[in-house]
Amino acid sequence: MVDIWNGMTQAVWLMLTLDPELVEISLRSLRVTLSALLVACTIALPLAALLAVRRFRWRRGIIALLNALMGLPPVVVGLVVYVILSRSGPLGVLGLLFTPTAMIVAQTVIIVPLIASVAHQSIRELWAEYHDLLISMNVSETQKIRTLLWDSRRALLTAALAGFGRAIGEVGAIMIVGGNIDHATRVLTTAIALETGKGDFGLALALGFVLIALAVAVNLSIHWLGRTERGDRW
Amino acid sequence: MKRILLGAALIAAATTAQAADVMKMAVTTSFNNSGLAEVLLPEILKDLDLEVQLLVVGTGQAIKLGEAGDVDAILVHSRPAEDAYLAGGYGTHRTEIMYNDFVFIGPSDDPAGIKGDDSAVAALQDIASAEAAFVSRGDDSGTHKKELELWTEAGLDAAGFGDWYNAVGAGMGAALNTAAGMNAYILSDRASWLNFGNKADLALLYSGDPVLFNQYAYLPVNPEKHPHVQSELVDKLEAWLVSDRAKTLIDGYQINGEQLFVFNAGVN
Amino acid sequence: MSALLPLVAQGAMSRRGGRVLVGPVDLRLDGPGITVLIGPNGAGKTSLLSLLHGTARLSSGSITWACPLDEARHAQAFVFQRPVMLRRSVIENIAYPLRIRKVPRREALARAETAARRVGLGEMLNRYAPLLSGGEQQKLALARALITEPQVLFLDEPCASLDGRAMREIESILTAARASGTRLVLSTHDMGQARRLADDVLFLLRGRLHDSGPATTFFTRPETPQARAFLQGDIVE
Repeated sequence: MVDIWNGMTQAVWLMLTLDPELVEISLRSLRVTLSALLVACTIALPLAALLAVRRFRWRRGIIALLNALMGLPPVVVGLVVYVILSRSGPLGVLGLLFTPTAMIVAQTVIIVPLIASVAHQSIRELWAEYHDLLISMNVSETQKIRTLLWDSRRALLTAALAGFGRAIGEVGAIMIVGGNIDHATRVLTTAIALETGKGDFGLALALGFVLIALAVAVNLSIHWLGRTERGDRW
Repeated sequence: MKRILLGAALIAAATTAQAADVMKMAVTTSFNNSGLAEVLLPEILKDLDLEVQLLVVGTGQAIKLGEAGDVDAILVHSRPAEDAYLAGGYGTHRTEIMYNDFVFIGPSDDPAGIKGDDSAVAALQDIASAEAAFVSRGDDSGTHKKELELWTEAGLDAAGFGDWYNAVGAGMGAALNTAAGMNAYILSDRASWLNFGNKADLALLYSGDPVLFNQYAYLPVNPEKHPHVQSELVDKLEAWLVSDRAKTLIDGYQINGEQLFVFNAGVN
Repeated sequence: MSALLPLVAQGAMSRRGGRVLVGPVDLRLDGPGITVLIGPNGAGKTSLLSLLHGTARLSSGSITWACPLDEARHAQAFVFQRPVMLRRSVIENIAYPLRIRKVPRREALARAETAARRVGLGEMLNRYAPLLSGGEQQKLALARALITEPQVLFLDEPCASLDGRAMREIESILTAARASGTRLVLSTHDMGQARRLADDVLFLLRGRLHDSGPATTFFTRPETPQARAFLQGDIVE
């Protein structure tokens, strides 16, 4: 109990004083995860819409695969990305191992199936609703996808937030591919693991509270942005 | 919405600073936990305009990173592993920099009675015969290798131990946490112990046997195997690490008034 | 835009899984006016409308417009029995077909606003369409169908489950569309509505076109006994 109280006070103190190291790793956490989220959404959302709209041979297989991969163990993703990006691996020449880019790659791989699956569920429902109308209007496939993505944006936002939550709290994969290098690849989760390892539970907890606060703040601000855009129609 | 996310990402991207030169070095957890890195790295940055990015891992993984060419140099402390590494042609040479020592930590009431033993081997024999709870790193690290070496010297086989022997497969800090939770004996490097924040009922019980000395060596990655290695920076760092400037900083580094490392580059 | 009509169907038939949904049907549509499609439930009214519109698969026979099919698909519209509302505001729903046709957003919204006022939705431009009442949704669907000024408009029981006031409003929108030169093809099971709107009538029975003719002669002197029985309100199989 003493540790928890100590951690909370320390967290408040670190945040109030804008501790430069805390600011640095928090911004890096945000940068890595938001980049991964952006990349993952650009892949997952059109993929989800395409899977709803187009009938092709491997469609059912891909949907089943995405559902299965939702539970992808991050540590395995980390290991695979590590082996691929290592200097002695197939993409070693890029020299990406132990850089934020490698962490973005790992997080993207982890959250694409999650976002695509959740998004596909809601887009499929919307497509069932819109099907007759859009077919009647002779809408092209690209227009269909754009319409479906736009009109299910609320559900897609939820899918994206789920992806964000999973990515920002992830430690196993980014520890492996990022290496937790101070001032280069240290983010909130890996710093927490490090401080726990040093037995400094107070600081570890403080960082944990900052992580939670950050996740909540991003969630709230995105919801808030969504609401102002929609006006009072809902 | 995406535009906002992109904007936030770009703002965050703009905040990372860069030194003129950057190299990667794999070091052991025990070295990093000592806090010495936080003293040396800023000075290296100041003197050489070189940012040394540390990958903090166990000796086993540090060696692997060097073999794969994922770092430019390694700083480790496990002689047999280092020799095998050099024999494999992965490194160019081995330079001894400094040493610290291992210590035995255990419950302050010392149920196995190792306090005052005359050697490290005797201490281990006491622990084994009392079957007092013992935590082992179990992660193929330098510290773990040292521990196994000592058991062998004591004529005991760690693989045949009973429930009292706990191989946790974790870094030094995590292993110390476990020992604190179980109130168990553990072999630790002195620096990690002194810097450890969660000591609970543990205390330093035995130290001083020369067999417990822990030699750190610097091993550059062989550029013939991995042409992308930044040999020039690696050499620059080595020259700095064996210099008098490094000697002053390393010998002067203290925690709670105790000197942790002894600089011995160029002595042997 | 080139002329769409006449539409000629020859032996047009739609099957699904071996079962004939409608056909074979021969018919010809030309000029403005309202064609009313009547017949008992299950006669294939909806299938025939979809077949002519081009959203149901033509299994055999032919359906030809006076212009190439691509153009033809863009010069017609369809209103469903249960209107499909896009999850957007009223004005964005009505503007949607224009946006699909790459009309600039500002112009599309301006035209949508005019169209909304014409059908009496001028006060609810920014309401969320799926929350409108049944009558309002059907008026929206009509405004959305008419905004591209289609030459042919198909309507599948557009007034089913609407109250009298909504039905009158919709019928006046339909007659206004006829006056502006649109060909309407409308199915209904409401004989009163059929008599009020029809210029000519198609009587469908068991997937076949059983009887047809100008409204005046059809309603007063139907040629077949089944049509006569249906108009009298008897059960026809």
